[in-house]
Amino acid sequence: MFNPSAKLKVDRRDGKLAMAHFFVAFTALAIGGLAGLLQTLVRSGKFELPAGIGYYQILTVHGVVLGLVLTTFFIMGFQIAATSKTSGTLTNKQRIAGWTGFWLMTAGTVLAAVMILLNEATVLYTFYAPLQAHALYYIGLTLVIVGSWIDGAAIIMKYAEWRRKNPGQPSPLLTFMSLVNTMMWIVATIGVASTVLFQLLPWSLGFVETVNIGVSRTLFWYFGHPLVYFWLLPAYMAWYVVIPKVIGGKIFSDSLARMSFILFLLFSIPVGFHHQLMEPGIDPAWKFLQVILTFLVVIPSLMTAFSLFATFESFGRSKGATGLFGWVKKLPWGDARFTVPFIGMVAFIPAGAGGIVNASHQMNQVVHNTIWVTGHFHLTVATSVVLTFFGVSYWLIPHLTGRILTKAMNKLGIIQAVIWAIGMTFMSGAMHAAGLLGAPRRSSYSEYGGAAQAAEWIPYQVAQAIGGTILFIGIILMLYIFINLAFFAPKGEQEFPVGEAADEAEKAPMVFENWKLWLGITVVLILFAYTIPFIDLIQNAPPGAKGYKLW
Amino acid sequence: MMHRSEKIWLILSFGMIIGFMLITGYQTFALEMGPPSYGERIDPQKVDETAPFDNPGIKKVGEKEYEVVMTLQVFSFTPNEIEVPAGSTVHFTMTSKDVVHGFQVADTNLNAMVVPGYVQKITQKFDKPGEYLVLCNEYCGAGHQMMSTTITVK
Repeated sequence: MFNPSAKLKVDRRDGKLAMAHFFVAFTALAIGGLAGLLQTLVRSGKFELPAGIGYYQILTVHGVVLGLVLTTFFIMGFQIAATSKTSGTLTNKQRIAGWTGFWLMTAGTVLAAVMILLNEATVLYTFYAPLQAHALYYIGLTLVIVGSWIDGAAIIMKYAEWRRKNPGQPSPLLTFMSLVNTMMWIVATIGVASTVLFQLLPWSLGFVETVNIGVSRTLFWYFGHPLVYFWLLPAYMAWYVVIPKVIGGKIFSDSLARMSFILFLLFSIPVGFHHQLMEPGIDPAWKFLQVILTFLVVIPSLMTAFSLFATFESFGRSKGATGLFGWVKKLPWGDARFTVPFIGMVAFIPAGAGGIVNASHQMNQVVHNTIWVTGHFHLTVATSVVLTFFGVSYWLIPHLTGRILTKAMNKLGIIQAVIWAIGMTFMSGAMHAAGLLGAPRRSSYSEYGGAAQAAEWIPYQVAQAIGGTILFIGIILMLYIFINLAFFAPKGEQEFPVGEAADEAEKAPMVFENWKLWLGITVVLILFAYTIPFIDLIQNAPPGAKGYKLW
Repeated sequence: MMHRSEKIWLILSFGMIIGFMLITGYQTFALEMGPPSYGERIDPQKVDETAPFDNPGIKKVGEKEYEVVMTLQVFSFTPNEIEVPAGSTVHFTMTSKDVVHGFQVADTNLNAMVVPGYVQKITQKFDKPGEYLVLCNEYCGAGHQMMSTTITVK
């Protein structure tokens, strides 16, 4: 497939914009990683925080800085670079949108961070009302979200321009995927923006005295689950499009990749109730409906798994591999750009299975709010997604800075991922096990009045601290590699790998580009899943709740 | 065109997912094992004056059957220290007097969110004698990790 807009290199000016995002992202990794290390040490019972710093304060830092800042900044930077590479250099107007979004997000991050550090916002990243943070914390979060919309507008404008200039042609795959993820993000963040702007902000400023808790929680989780798919889809972009090129193979099917992204757009959003299964005030039938929709999101992930391993196997066989698993040996295990994301893919097998457990109604009752859940998303986002982001950084950062990934850094990258896998096996494994025994998440160290049951959890908490320490070593290594690639690696040309479809003649059906259709179905599904229970939460609302500052 | 192995994979995937849907649906609606979703509303500022929470405690309602009316508040459960004979079925009726709390009893399936403004109900049969740890599993403030009590089954 000949694509005249594709550039050999991302334009320097677009590269600078993407790099600005990465500097914030990796700063967040350093701060959030340190907070994570401290948490595991506190929960082992062997360590106390100095200077009156609270456990829940660093837990808030960890969640906001890694769950919202690291991810959003990295993803926006990656998607801007991918769009510029495959659809051509951004226009000045598009780039100005990108920079405006970037600075708004950064200003919001700083504002929220200052409030957390002043201990004015120890409400965790889910900020469940009626715990009430300082108004500036909510304003900071709003700026991050509004900034991400303007940032994303650069991608949407570029896509529209490409389509205008190439009528009747399917858009470049990486641009298409960036666009889908950006649109899903915008539709999803309307929920969290609504609760913050219309409920929490007026309430924290004292304009209204009480807040409707049911509505606020529902709007938060309307956003909270697509949030995790917003993290995952850029990893899938790398798995579908970049990895085949890195190993020297082809994309299994361009159309299959597009279809799975469309399915994510449709089914990622109307599923938030599976985070609220244990909650009063929502009818069980509506909860069950959203559980069904949640199960449907598993399908595109299973399609992705098939597609990836089909790519690996056909590549291995084309190199003369025989037998059922002979192709495994033909894969380039010495290449960090492949091996690091591959470890992430493997982690997604137990991670996905655990996710199905969490979504399954009755089984959710066993694990809800236990540290099992923490173990789960440290496999999904903190292993599958993050290792893929690291694997992307190893070629994207030097590509943008005009440097190369040296053999030494490549090797260090693989060592980093192995350390990560070991640390995470300890930490996440111990979290899953302790969670099944009943240990809660989001709780500081406690012996619960000497309860025998709580005593059983402590060895697992020590294992989590060991895992957390190993992971922190991994973070230091990653930061070292990042700084090397950004400033010190030798000058040169590092490839931006973009795979081609196995069947070159195959043209993706144009129906995939019909946004009236797909956004229309998305909206219909959301209205179907949410309208009746949401109206019930408003019409039959109890008297509102007053704010509390209990930290 | 779709590859044959891809078709098999997709059929297996859909089959598995539909199986999960049927099982969870059967458990929820036929066996009434759905998650706690009781919906009655209450004024969170007036819990102490509203029945039955004006008189929290444990009440025998039948042969080996008890009702516990419980309020959750930072950072405690009322009543504290519950005792029932082995084999008892206990119905919990709960609400929060301040922020969102979680009600979880380790080693059982008791797990429910207790949200201000709503009454929550959940039932459990305690067969095995022992001391069960009750804890709050939703972050509720600086003393969250201290919020616990016990249920003694004799």
